Amino acid sequence: MIGITAYGVYIPRARLSKQAMAAANAWFDPSLKALAKGERSICNWDEDSITMAVEATRDCLSALGDKAIDSLYLASTTLPFLDRQNSVLLGEALNLGQRIRSMDVSSSQRAATSALISLLESKIPNNALLATSEHRRSMAGSRSEMLWGDAAATLSVGCTDVIAEYLGAETLSVDFVDHYRGEDASFDYSWEERWIRDEGFLKIVPAAVNKLLESVALSSADINHFILPSDQLRTPAAVAKTLGIDAGTVVDNQIASVGVAGVAQPILMLAKAIEMAAPGDLILLIGFGQGCDALLFRVTAAVANCVPASGVKGALACRREEGNYNKFLSFNNLLQRDIGKRAESDKQTYLSGYNRRKDLLTGFIGGKCRDCDTVQIPRERYCVNPQCNALDSQDDYRFADKTGTVASWTADSLTFDWNPPAYLGMVEFDGGGKLMMDFSEVEAGKIDVGTKLTMHFRIKQFDPQRGFKKYFWKAVPE
Amino acid sequence: MASGIKDKVVILGMGCSKFGERWDSSPADLMVEAFEECIEDAGIERKRIDAAWFGAGIDTFNVGSSAMPLAIALRLNYIPVTKVENMCATGTEAFRGAVYAVASGACDIALALGVEKLKDTGYGGLPQRTRGVENDMYWPNLSAPGAFAQLATGYRAKHKLNQVDLKRAMAHVSVKSHANGVKNPKAHLRREITEEQALNAPYIAEPIGLFDCCGVSDGSACAIVTTPEIARSLGKDNLVAVKALQLAVSNGTESSHESWDGSYLKTTRIAAQRAYDEAGVKKPKTEISMTEVHDCFSITELVTMEDLQLAEEGKAVTAVLDGAFDADGSNPCQIDGGLKCFGHPIGASGLRMIYENYLQLQGRAGARQLSDPQLGLNHNLGGFPHQNICSISIIGHYE
Repeated sequence: MIGITAYGVYIPRARLSKQAMAAANAWFDPSLKALAKGERSICNWDEDSITMAVEATRDCLSALGDKAIDSLYLASTTLPFLDRQNSVLLGEALNLGQRIRSMDVSSSQRAATSALISLLESKIPNNALLATSEHRRSMAGSRSEMLWGDAAATLSVGCTDVIAEYLGAETLSVDFVDHYRGEDASFDYSWEERWIRDEGFLKIVPAAVNKLLESVALSSADINHFILPSDQLRTPAAVAKTLGIDAGTVVDNQIASVGVAGVAQPILMLAKAIEMAAPGDLILLIGFGQGCDALLFRVTAAVANCVPASGVKGALACRREEGNYNKFLSFNNLLQRDIGKRAESDKQTYLSGYNRRKDLLTGFIGGKCRDCDTVQIPRERYCVNPQCNALDSQDDYRFADKTGTVASWTADSLTFDWNPPAYLGMVEFDGGGKLMMDFSEVEAGKIDVGTKLTMHFRIKQFDPQRGFKKYFWKAVPE
Repeated sequence: MASGIKDKVVILGMGCSKFGERWDSSPADLMVEAFEECIEDAGIERKRIDAAWFGAGIDTFNVGSSAMPLAIALRLNYIPVTKVENMCATGTEAFRGAVYAVASGACDIALALGVEKLKDTGYGGLPQRTRGVENDMYWPNLSAPGAFAQLATGYRAKHKLNQVDLKRAMAHVSVKSHANGVKNPKAHLRREITEEQALNAPYIAEPIGLFDCCGVSDGSACAIVTTPEIARSLGKDNLVAVKALQLAVSNGTESSHESWDGSYLKTTRIAAQRAYDEAGVKKPKTEISMTEVHDCFSITELVTMEDLQLAEEGKAVTAVLDGAFDADGSNPCQIDGGLKCFGHPIGASGLRMIYENYLQLQGRAGARQLSDPQLGLNHNLGGFPHQNICSISIIGHYE
């Protein structure tokens, strides 16, 4: 048996009020008011498809335990680097080791489902990870902006302890151009919704699904969970009706709570379906884009043993209301903000220096002294313990999964920050070690000495001059 | 065992420019202004200067690198000039270089000059600058107030103080310095402030408010030093001698080892004890007449009072509020107005502080003259509370 062995999810905690969005833009397009229900997830300034993928994959690994990982695929159309394998950076942040097989999959809204089929139909000795993540780019005042959200979801695929058995898949490759994004474009260009529905979803999806059901000798009436990722609110039900799938099985795309998360959406919805499924349930998963992938899974009894730290419910519940639409525009570079002279300093990353300290910067690895057991970060050649100071005595010691406590902190209004004030402070790690670090996701008045912290891979700095991004770990209050 | 620096070197002359937003003055103008006062005070010709130490902190926004800017500005006669940079301890470091050179016998008369031009950045506060190729990739995004604000949170947590009391004491530190600065014609900020103003000012880095921060200014200060014998041979009396010169530099223990709790300045404690030992000071509270300490932020001064043993550990809030460090208190601090009113041109500050102690010891401090001071201490702290450089000098009458 091959199938899904675990899942993990990440949804940025900031949820932007759609009323606030509509209030800002309805003067230009009154039809946006009709979409002004609920909220959508938005990346913080220091989040992108890489950082979200790290979170979702850590969540997946929390359920998978210490089982061996052979490969890591990363699917997204909003990866920060066009030529620098993003999945390798992801793998280093997750400390998966250099022997991991990795690949970025992109260029289509069905990148995730196509990658998933590829993994399910390949020989995997242990477990393969498929991370999917999307930091969506849309124009200010657009309908897309109201309908989309940022999120990530990760699956592991393997042959032991399968929680959703893979029954089969069908793919139709059709160059149906409902939208596109050219090589130099920041935003999608899309065609009329009604045409996409009638000529796209309602023709291509049923053709693929019928072929799939026929090949596995199942009927549409057997489907318990039908996933059709789409930002068209009523289209999944319309497609279900055409196929004879019960309307009650349609998995809600969460347009009013998260927004449709691009390439991550089918995997996020699959995680959601698995989370609410009972053993024996059949899940039909669609990926739509230049044709269609249709995949069929049967949930197993092992699903009860798969409990990610967050999961979909946890990710939905970890939320902070955001009413400031301007902040969203600013975080997504949709307006030219006066960021002041302090922001002008050169942000060059000296790649040879970066490469030397990659274990610290990406892996968040410090040292533990073999002579005196002192845990320390950053690791220098001599042990920091004044009673020891041994040379080259430290083994790798990873801090990413450690919790910590605020020993001192401040809210710095002088330094340049994309979301001032900049919160930072001295973190004392449980198990030893301390480091002065940036904080993220701090709410005013909710931090003090003694506050518990967890560690998260985030964007440290942008270099707009050269199109580079620095990442490092930040502390987030629990 | 080393015999220390006590009474081996005396100050022949000192000078200090007016500090402030010196828009129309170049670094060279500031250097000349300080030097002209200094050389006149010393009463020697410039050709008597055998060697010089030049302190400048932030090359990018100041004079550029190397010792040449000093040699060119003063047209020094191809003598050895050494550039020193050690963050906020830079000025005192230049002084240490010159004093050590004289003490060693390598030269008879040496010059120490510090300068900083901070007001060419186009914005307030210290310049934004790189911390080094590797550090820039993981150091937190913090300003100087952001770093020192944490001394307040660490100190408050350690001693279980409430924020209101600590903020009041911090406010008093600044109110006192402003009151002193009014009397100093060379200070940048010369107006009194009230406790209410200080308490109600906006946060720069919580809990540090606007009036908890020192100013940012341009300035220069310098000293000419020699042996007591040469000074006497030049007809000088009322000599002021160096009693101690100490420096302690963090080795990463505070930032990476659990033994430091963030509530005090480890380097200050170490440098202070060494300085007291070197100067033969047994009871700092009664023997140190005045201090010029590194009040980059009010909380730094407050905690430094404990680290210098001028207040008991955990009791600085009470001592400050009781006026122990006011102009009429038991240990006046920042009698010239401090960094608070002078601003902090990095390379110049240490020498500016020594200049005030020197004037006070010679009874030349005008409206702010203290009664019969015996020993003056200056203290600089460069960097952040969790990793820094602390310099301390003690000067007093040569007997």
